Amino acid sequence: MAAAMPLALFVLQLLGPGGWCLAEPQRDSLREELVITPLPSGDVAATFQFRTRWDSELQREGVSHYRLFPKALGQLISKYSLRELHLSFTQGFWRTRYWGPPFLQAPSGAELWVWFQDTVTNVDKSWKELSNVLSGIFCASLNFIDSTNTVTPTASFKPLGLANDTDHYFLRYAVLPREVVCTENLTPWKKLLPCSSKAGLSVLLKADRLFHTSYHSQAVHIRPVCRNARCTSISWELRQTLSVVFDAFITGQGKKDWSLFRMFSRTLTEPCPLASESRVYVDITNYNQDNETLEVNPPPTTTYQDVILGTRKTYAIYDLLDTATINNSRNLNIQLKWKRPAENGYIHYQPAQDRLQPHLLEMLIQLPANSVTKVSIQFERALLKWTEYTPDPNHGFYVSPSVLSALVPSMVAAKPVDWEESPLFNSLFPVSDGSNYFVRLYTEPLLVNLPTPDFSMPYNVICLTCTVVAVCYGSFYNLLTRTFHIEEPRTGGLAKRLANLIRRIRGVPLL
Amino acid sequence: MAAAGAAATDLEVVRGKRAALFFAAVAIVLGLPLWWKTTETYRASLPYSQISGLNALQLRLMVPVTVVFTRESVPLDDQEKLPFTVVHEREIPLKYKMKIKCRFQKAYRRALDYEEEALSSGSAQEAMLDEPQEQAEGSLTVYVISEHSSLLPQDMMSYIGPKRTAVVRGIMHREAFNIIGRRIIQVAQAMSLTEDVLAAALADHLPEDKWSAEKRRPLKSSLGYEITFSLLNPDPKSHDVHWDIEGAVRRYVQPFLNALSAAGNFSVDSQILYYAMLGVNPRFDSASSSYYLDMHNLPHVINPVESRLGSSAASLYPVLNFLLYVPELAHSPLYIQDKDGAPVATNAFHSPRWGGIMVYNVDSKAYNASALPVRVEVDMVRVMEVFLAQLRLLFGIAQPQVPPKCLLSGPKSEGLTTWELDRLLWARSVENLATATTTLTSLAQLLGKISNIVIKDNVASEVYRAVAAIQKSAEELASGHLASAFVASQEAVTSSECAFFDPSLLHLLYFPDDQKFAIYIPLFLPMAVPILLSLVKIFLETRKSWKKPEKTD
Repeated sequence: MAAAMPLALFVLQLLGPGGWCLAEPQRDSLREELVITPLPSGDVAATFQFRTRWDSELQREGVSHYRLFPKALGQLISKYSLRELHLSFTQGFWRTRYWGPPFLQAPSGAELWVWFQDTVTNVDKSWKELSNVLSGIFCASLNFIDSTNTVTPTASFKPLGLANDTDHYFLRYAVLPREVVCTENLTPWKKLLPCSSKAGLSVLLKADRLFHTSYHSQAVHIRPVCRNARCTSISWELRQTLSVVFDAFITGQGKKDWSLFRMFSRTLTEPCPLASESRVYVDITNYNQDNETLEVNPPPTTTYQDVILGTRKTYAIYDLLDTATINNSRNLNIQLKWKRPAENGYIHYQPAQDRLQPHLLEMLIQLPANSVTKVSIQFERALLKWTEYTPDPNHGFYVSPSVLSALVPSMVAAKPVDWEESPLFNSLFPVSDGSNYFVRLYTEPLLVNLPTPDFSMPYNVICLTCTVVAVCYGSFYNLLTRTFHIEEPRTGGLAKRLANLIRRIRGVPLL
Repeated sequence: MAAAGAAATDLEVVRGKRAALFFAAVAIVLGLPLWWKTTETYRASLPYSQISGLNALQLRLMVPVTVVFTRESVPLDDQEKLPFTVVHEREIPLKYKMKIKCRFQKAYRRALDYEEEALSSGSAQEAMLDEPQEQAEGSLTVYVISEHSSLLPQDMMSYIGPKRTAVVRGIMHREAFNIIGRRIIQVAQAMSLTEDVLAAALADHLPEDKWSAEKRRPLKSSLGYEITFSLLNPDPKSHDVHWDIEGAVRRYVQPFLNALSAAGNFSVDSQILYYAMLGVNPRFDSASSSYYLDMHNLPHVINPVESRLGSSAASLYPVLNFLLYVPELAHSPLYIQDKDGAPVATNAFHSPRWGGIMVYNVDSKAYNASALPVRVEVDMVRVMEVFLAQLRLLFGIAQPQVPPKCLLSGPKSEGLTTWELDRLLWARSVENLATATTTLTSLAQLLGKISNIVIKDNVASEVYRAVAAIQKSAEELASGHLASAFVASQEAVTSSECAFFDPSLLHLLYFPDDQKFAIYIPLFLPMAVPILLSLVKIFLETRKSWKKPEKTD
């Protein structure tokens, strides 16, 4: 930025006095909420929703004035005549079998679907331009959306907001499954929030924790909604949602307890002064039904019960705008502890880091008698850097054997023996008492076939072409340019000489 | 029989030779051109010579000046000579390859009756109110009134009106035309073209040393501009700030932009940003218990704020940002200090080509009255005065260099005189022409230097269009049609940039040579070696058979 300079006041003849407008009610409002749901698998899901509502027609007029509604998105609505816009970025996959049904559904990668106003004449052109602009706003590769991956669904995607007619000609839908979601997508998303990430629930949105999760999905939904009960005019609603699933074993060091600080490495300190509602909901349903008991700290002031996704749920509510919630301790760190003593088990998992350390998974399990226990680990095949392949990559890559260390109850009670005196073959592993003995088993090493690229393909093609051309062309050339003439045989071959020899013996004329 | 056999062999040898020669001929006559044609990059022809000719373009800026003499302005015998035309031409010395000549074509004529009538009224301001007819953009009318007319205050020699008119006092003198002519030129220069204006317009193209950063202040010429007013409230817990931006835009900004609409499209919007901080910590001054921002700190203020401003996603026009910063309670009141350490009266500063920032302190009395957050109503008149002044500066509408003893009429309600707009159009036209010329020259250089670049027909047609538009604009400037010249210059810029940034230029740019050889060599080597060998053999045999007869002789 070049030098800035103070300004000499230039006096203008301004007409009329500056109008002091009356204090009119704000035309936009913000509600924010966070739902924390402990999942059946032991993981914890956190779902943020920020809803900005703006009582404005957002028509294409010369001047537009923004307060809570972000200018970047408002300009899009008016420039491209949008009726609805739904954009989501997702990393990972919501595992319904382990986690139950999600509040907000989104496919892996980037998904964009847009309803245009029926005044748009060239929908495809607007769609193309819009995806390019969005790709700039959210730092994503939405610019790869083109006619090859755009569809116009006729049944599945109905407008979520107010809609008079649903002519599917104005709908466009595209998914980019490859899109990798990362911090650079989160930062512009956070910038759209009125309180940025300075106050309210958004202080919890710390990128390094949010992306250290099993599932991360952030979305922007824009739609028109009714301004009042009779629906005489419309308002625009912007919902920014973010759902993450924290892996309990990584964040909780193997325990199922959690707290805001442990998940987000932040606590809530103050409400966003612009929000008209700012709440944290904690799902405490399961623990009443199970015989497990748990303790939420600090105790909630109110609870909320409703049927959500087909099941009756109970939520503890923390209202940040309620001064008592935060003032007690200057911050709010919701904690959840399991009261029942943990099972006699232990799981230690240390995730791998590429090219630095391998995975380590240790489990302490008490096996029932006559049972089969299967431990299976899913893995994904990945391509290595091409210099990292061994000289014979098709042989596969070894995964070191797993280890099973066990104390097996002994059939016969052995008498305690003198440690020094016993034979050497029996005294490496110390045995505490005679009732069981120690066994360590190793499994076979695993040979994993990783995908290997064809390292020599381009060279092969060139060589093959070269050979084919050389052979065909060379033989043709030889055929056509060489001179062929009949060689007069001077002396015959071996067969002829032999025949002549026999003939001479027999006295028959020579050949 | 042997002879017959030898003859047959000879025939075979000749046939072989012919076949080899035929192969070579096919390869050279058919193969090589086919290969050349199929692998060549398509390069449409471009008007290279015309583009290089643009660099030596002589710009002749013609300002038509109508000089109207009232009855007692010049001696009677001089009046007899009217009407006639005088041309005053002058080269504007700029260190720029384009030669710019400024040409004032003064058409002298006698005043018509109604003009006499209008000019005989009370004062110059009133006389100018009912201007006769709409004048073309860029043209000027100068009225020469009698030496003792009461139209102007006694000590003033000339008057510049808010539209395209000026009044100059006449003189009863033998050399009246010469003296008045010089005065007219002074006034006309102030109203249209001065070296300063052109230098500012060409600041990007001139060598650094001569023109300081001051000259680089105006926005670059563009088809349109986005103006964004942002209210920054870093402390919404303490301040509940309200501003009537809609009314202010309607009342103050829109009239100004309407007046300026000939220079481009404008769109205005506003936003309120919460928790948007300045990038620097202000210094506390315990004597006045207030905070200060030093002038050398100001450049660091902008960058952190800018990330929140939000790029204007919906258009490609340059954005002018005007920020109203209400400092947080902990840093109130906040003042901007100039170089000498004195607080700046307006508490505002601007950054060239970016916009302006004004610090708006909340009245300290407000804190006593009520609990936090304090409701703050922004005084939009105070704010808009500053922002409009900054807007004028950023558009390069500088204060004119008024000749001595000249009365300058203030702008009308919209804050912009008509001749100021004309002056802006002159400057913008010249700037557009310079930009388009530079773009075309670099494009031609680039295409000449790198032979790998594909030149598609649409790129070529854009280049042709740009060249034609530049020439048209230059002609229109020379004939004094400012409006059409400006439009043509805009077209030239648009077309030249369109050609320069066409993505098709990049298609083959990064195709390395070694890959080309890797592909061609396996194809060419097996074909070329037999052909070359047999050619060599035929050549040697021919030479032998040529030498043989010499020996026998």
